[in-house]
Amino acid sequence: MSEVIVVTSGKGGVGKTTTSANVGTGLAKLDKKVVLIDTDIGLRNLDVVMGLENRIVYNLVDVVEGNCRAKQAMIKDKRYPNLYLLPSAQTRDKTSVTPEQMKKLVEELKEEFDYIILDCPAGIEQGFKNAIAGADRALIVTTPEVSAIRDADRIIGLLEANEMKKIDLIVNRIRMDMVKKGDMMSIEDVLEILAIDLIGAVPDDENIVIATNQGEPLVGNNTLPGQAYMNICKRIIGEEVPMLDLAGSNGFFAKIGKLFKKN
Amino acid sequence: MGVFDLFKKKSSGNVAKDRLKLLLVSDRANCSPEIMEMIKNDIINVIAKYMEIDSEGLDIQITQTESDGSNGNVPALIANIPIKEVKHNS
Repeated sequence: MSEVIVVTSGKGGVGKTTTSANVGTGLAKLDKKVVLIDTDIGLRNLDVVMGLENRIVYNLVDVVEGNCRAKQAMIKDKRYPNLYLLPSAQTRDKTSVTPEQMKKLVEELKEEFDYIILDCPAGIEQGFKNAIAGADRALIVTTPEVSAIRDADRIIGLLEANEMKKIDLIVNRIRMDMVKKGDMMSIEDVLEILAIDLIGAVPDDENIVIATNQGEPLVGNNTLPGQAYMNICKRIIGEEVPMLDLAGSNGFFAKIGKLFKKN
Repeated sequence: MGVFDLFKKKSSGNVAKDRLKLLLVSDRANCSPEIMEMIKNDIINVIAKYMEIDSEGLDIQITQTESDGSNGNVPALIANIPIKEVKHNS
């Protein structure tokens, strides 16, 4: 059975696109057939994070408007046999696509793919509405900052109002050294405030910048964020994976792990 | 600077958490500043019938408080209204 997952956050710059790229690539590495859809029309980014920017011919708007078939617009990632990208249009705006059209497209793609990952634009306007229209579940990306968590709370409210079946949280860019000193909210703090299920935490790590520079998602390699993203992918497909120890001490994360298993 | 400062000073992480909690209560209650201002004015009008209050010093906010029941924290409207003089005109 295929699943449609929207990656969203409300606030910009918290790591939606990086998360989409890594989750999509990770699921492909786990032998799932995956298509990543960049729904940020006008501000195309997922293609560069994936390192596929030179291979774009058609885009999402072309598909929706019937200028080409979905198959023609999807770029096959040569590094992974099961991974495809449907890029966004750079010279159009959010109103070029409607929620109904997105739903229809996603339904069509469901027949061929195990996972459809929708990279949502920032904000709560048309682009957001388009991205969530056809989704079965949502991954909320937030950072341990007041502004990002506030926006995440708003997004969760909107998703619940839209009857999203499953909503999970990814706490991104956590710095355990700062948490230890009391200068950053902990994963527990964020969970207490947002009160949704945690599916993973990703540390703030220079390897993310390096991977983005190179256009190659780091999921699954032996860096800490690479492991964290792979664990998130395994949890998405239903495996039980203990929470990664980001700090190098047991107590704290063992607790989070237990929290996770309860759900 | 010393050990005592450590105890006195709240860590910035906790400051962030407390600010967020308050912020989200009013966000979730969907109360705009305009509506808060209307509530404030109505409260002043009602109470002014019975006592003279310091409308400048009046402070109302939506916050969280523990409920007597078992359902944990509930939103509450807290008003701090300084009284200047109680009217005796009965």
